[in-house]
Amino acid sequence: MNRFKSLLLISVLLLNGCNSLRGTGDLGVVIERASGSVQVVDTTKRVSLAKINGLGDLSHASVVYSRDARYAYVFGRDGGLTKVDILTGEISKRIIQSGNSIGGAISQDGKLVAVSNYTPGGVKVFDAGTLELVENIPAVYGKSNQQSKVVGLVDAPGQRFVFSLYDAGEIWIADFSTVDNKTGKAKITRFKNIGKQPYDGLITPDGRYYIAGLFGEDGLAILDLWHPEKGVKRILADYGRGDKKMPVYKMPHLEGWAMTEDYAFFPAVGRNEVLVMNRHNWKQIKKIPVHGQPVFVMARPDGRQVWVNFAYPRNDTVQVIDTEKLAIIKTLKPGKAVLHMEFTPRGEQVWVSARDAGKVTVYDTENFNSITTLPMAKPSGIFFTNRAHRIGL
Amino acid sequence: MYLKFNYTMMLLIFYALFCNTVNAQPETLSKLRITELTDLLLQDCGSCHGMTMKGGLGPALTPQALKNRSREVIRLTISNGRPGTPMPPWNKILTKQEINWIVNTLYEGVKDE
Repeated sequence: MNRFKSLLLISVLLLNGCNSLRGTGDLGVVIERASGSVQVVDTTKRVSLAKINGLGDLSHASVVYSRDARYAYVFGRDGGLTKVDILTGEISKRIIQSGNSIGGAISQDGKLVAVSNYTPGGVKVFDAGTLELVENIPAVYGKSNQQSKVVGLVDAPGQRFVFSLYDAGEIWIADFSTVDNKTGKAKITRFKNIGKQPYDGLITPDGRYYIAGLFGEDGLAILDLWHPEKGVKRILADYGRGDKKMPVYKMPHLEGWAMTEDYAFFPAVGRNEVLVMNRHNWKQIKKIPVHGQPVFVMARPDGRQVWVNFAYPRNDTVQVIDTEKLAIIKTLKPGKAVLHMEFTPRGEQVWVSARDAGKVTVYDTENFNSITTLPMAKPSGIFFTNRAHRIGL
Repeated sequence: MYLKFNYTMMLLIFYALFCNTVNAQPETLSKLRITELTDLLLQDCGSCHGMTMKGGLGPALTPQALKNRSREVIRLTISNGRPGTPMPPWNKILTKQEINWIVNTLYEGVKDE
């Protein structure tokens, strides 16, 4: 009898083993910023699969994925870089690589993970497998060799990383396909005087244009990565806070900039507006008045809608813009302190985190019904694995 | 008796009005408001200064970092913002008393509840 029981147990375990074989294409990670934890979620069943603790200070955390979409690299504010195995729900490796960091990127070939740091200011590049340091790039500028805080770090085609120096007003390209003969390190190309206080950057989904938002003056700095020799240009001279310098209670994020075929939608700085730009000539064509100062302005994958969330204190709301009518078609109230939104890979649903409400709400993007909510501890960023295969994410 | 009562009432009303004028804000913040302010400090101030106040885009605001800084300068910075930086003025959103609470809490060290 006992023997029968053990056989039964073994068969059950084996069967379970079979059942647990699965892909990661419909998985994702939600940051729980206050408790230093993340939850692994399944976007097909809309459930949480695992909770992983011990990731440090996750205020302003972000995530990139390995190209096999099994590992999530979580960048924490405290300089922590954690490699999480989302299939087993375990931490594979964790290092503290600086005193204070802001974000990261993974290289085109998936072999390098780069982190942008505030303290000490610069970029550190690690082996994606082992998290061993490959290269340190201090963001040194000026006569007294100060180090600048680094923001807006993205990967670009050609095994490059592009980033902006907040204090120096520069954009740098670090090319890891070319080793500099003199230094034996990645070739660095510097662009100086690109504008005051670049606060974030983004790369267009095709990987061609790098755009930095400027806080210290109006306008945006744009670099054509097909022709870096042409240098950094300024577009949208009117973009920014203008003469009045409206106070900004939360810095807008550029990463989620919405690009449709003809238009780019982006958050105005310090104004309750979403701006629409013609992608072909970079001219502004419209201002759409919205509920508050926009933070994330994100296009549904098919480009038919743009979803917007807002800065404190008007941050309990999300609005949806129709990209044909260029007008708001829906206003939703997902709860207090909406911090982030992430579309499922083909956009039929969107997951919305509400930090103070302690939940993530899943909406149907066609009829705007709430499909389900998942309780989470102060959720912020939501990152699905389809990012693994997108340039700049 | 009727007159006396009326007189007392008038005094009370006068007193209440007087008090209201002098003490436009209550002496202490409610427990609920303190919870909200703690949240604001950790989460919203924290988005630039770090949730542990060790700094980010904005400077560190730990008791250690503030040790040699004047409280008045910190109070004015929170109230009016700091031109040339992303630090916004909070005096349109928070009362003087709430700003004082934030200053005191920063110097003592933020404790999460």
